[in-house]
Amino acid sequence: MTIEPQTQPQMPPVAPEVVSGTHQRRFKQVALAISGFIITVALTFLGLLAITFFIGRVIPIDPVLAVVGDRAPKAVYEAARQAMGLDRPLILQFISYVGDVLTGDFGKSVSTGRFVADDLARFFPATLEMATIGILIGVFLGVPMGVYAASRQGSWVDQVIRVIGLLGYSVPAFWLGLIGLAVFYANLRWVGGPGRIDIFYDGLIPPVTGLILVDSLLAGDLDIFRNAVSHIILPASVLGFFSLAYIARMTRSFMLDQLSQEFVTTARVKGVPERLVLWRHAFNPIRVPLITVIGLSYAGLLEGSVMIEVVFSWPGIGNYLTTALLNADMNAVLGATLVIGAVFIFINKVSDVLYRVLDPRAR
Amino acid sequence: MASTRAWLLDDSPTSLLQANLGRSYRIVLALMRNPLAVIGAIIIFVLIITALFAPLIAPFSPIGQDLANRLQPPGGTHWMGTDELGRDIFSRIVYGARITLTIVALVAVIAAPVGLLVGAIAGYFGGWVDRVMMGITDVFLSMPKLILALAFVAALGPGIENAIIAIAITAWPAYARIARAETLTFRHSEFIAAVQLQGASPFRIIVRHILPLCTSSMIIRVTLDMAGIILTAAGLGFIGLGAQPPLPEWGAMISRGRSFILDQWWVATMPGFAIILVSLGFCFLGDGLRDVLDPKQGDKL
Repeated sequence: MTIEPQTQPQMPPVAPEVVSGTHQRRFKQVALAISGFIITVALTFLGLLAITFFIGRVIPIDPVLAVVGDRAPKAVYEAARQAMGLDRPLILQFISYVGDVLTGDFGKSVSTGRFVADDLARFFPATLEMATIGILIGVFLGVPMGVYAASRQGSWVDQVIRVIGLLGYSVPAFWLGLIGLAVFYANLRWVGGPGRIDIFYDGLIPPVTGLILVDSLLAGDLDIFRNAVSHIILPASVLGFFSLAYIARMTRSFMLDQLSQEFVTTARVKGVPERLVLWRHAFNPIRVPLITVIGLSYAGLLEGSVMIEVVFSWPGIGNYLTTALLNADMNAVLGATLVIGAVFIFINKVSDVLYRVLDPRAR
Repeated sequence: MASTRAWLLDDSPTSLLQANLGRSYRIVLALMRNPLAVIGAIIIFVLIITALFAPLIAPFSPIGQDLANRLQPPGGTHWMGTDELGRDIFSRIVYGARITLTIVALVAVIAAPVGLLVGAIAGYFGGWVDRVMMGITDVFLSMPKLILALAFVAALGPGIENAIIAIAITAWPAYARIARAETLTFRHSEFIAAVQLQGASPFRIIVRHILPLCTSSMIIRVTLDMAGIILTAAGLGFIGLGAQPPLPEWGAMISRGRSFILDQWWVATMPGFAIILVSLGFCFLGDGLRDVLDPKQGDKL
């Protein structure tokens, strides 16, 4: 699986620090960055809408036939076509489609019979919860691994981390999830099985945030919390493995760039302990590009969770999407695509702009 | 033999052929010094041989059912075991190599030239052509690839051809970006100005002078992307939107084995190893190619 973001942050060449300008200039730059950010995000969203609109149009199923049936007389067919607004020029249809989406109207799902927007609001927290635990695992294991690998370049630890990085690009996520279920759930009984929670705990606590881990703590029910943890830990670890692989690889490469710099040699010559050289002198400058890497990886996890959700019967947006795909439930497919796409674009662009605002060299 | 080698490595080649062959020979020599690249090349070579000679290698038919021997564990005549219809899993994996190879080859053949052309045209003409084409490219680039492929397959209908089209639609923008960046580096070179002054049309300049210079970075990128393409195709097969039964596609095989994962682990596990092996092969070769052809890229993928 590729939970590999499509854009890669670049370390800017280390240039001598330019004397920073006045506060006013700084403010102007931030304002410029933010307005540019809003424009590109808006344009990209419009592009996303255009793509989903196009997909909804090229679909070989005639939406009118789906409503009136294929034995309807011509007059009924034409009336339905006009009522659905399908006789208007494509550009007008697109504009009203954009209007619908902006007001949160994705239409009705054929398979669940509810409004797609309501479905999405119900399913999204489960995906968010899993991806968030996944990225936490990826960051808290991946960053130290990358730093350690860079400090012992060429050692066996470095080789192991390198292999993990490559496996992150070549292991199918759904396969790893299946193997994980077979080993840790069926054989070792260490974790809970598919789903977010055991069936007899279902519906006992009020859904405040939709995140079961948070809701169970709010309700003060530790049994449910423990049960939810035992269910989420395996799918989140599988997701976390892929972000770990990517984050460790990027951290290692950033650290190697820094460790070859002269100020690191100076610090070592001065007798600064190696731990401080690593974590203060070398690590501090790479925090900003790392934020970008982590943001991209998080966005990738939201996408990558689709496969994991299918394997673990996780009631998230990915499972909703694939169920809708198999039922040719186009409103639900496009709604889920839009939501995942929008979140993905948003995180991508935010980490991009954060990088530019935070890193003095990129200004 | 020694003279052939000397002829290939000659520093002042006397013909175009000698120069080209010498360059290829140097690349192969450099690749041979990288053990991982050699392993990757061997894996891909084995994949191609397996796909070509599948009927000779596979001991059983990939679709012939043998219900008396269903769900046999690995060992004996079926060394990877059999699936729920008694089909030999090893034979199915061997035939599955054909499907995987077809998918990656077709995606590369469709997506790389499209991306190359879009990027080269945008980079060569610049101005509003560049802005419009790169704007569209960026929109595609900032979409989640897998979700976009899923949505396209949903619209086009399940099946291996549509899966290939959907993956190709999501793959071309990365190539367009690379081709544009490459084009910009020599857009204002003197050799381009020289052909322009000789009256060459933009079409001729792009096809004969710009595209050939972009190919090496394109080959690296395509090789590195192969693993992702294989995983996406397998994922579509796993969900049931890619290759349809009884085709022995590896992702679809894992999906069938899902029901038996607790007691008959081999049904789902074996095709997974095939996917990992082939993906790793492309990663190794891609890494090696990049080190040889584009050393300045360093460790960044």
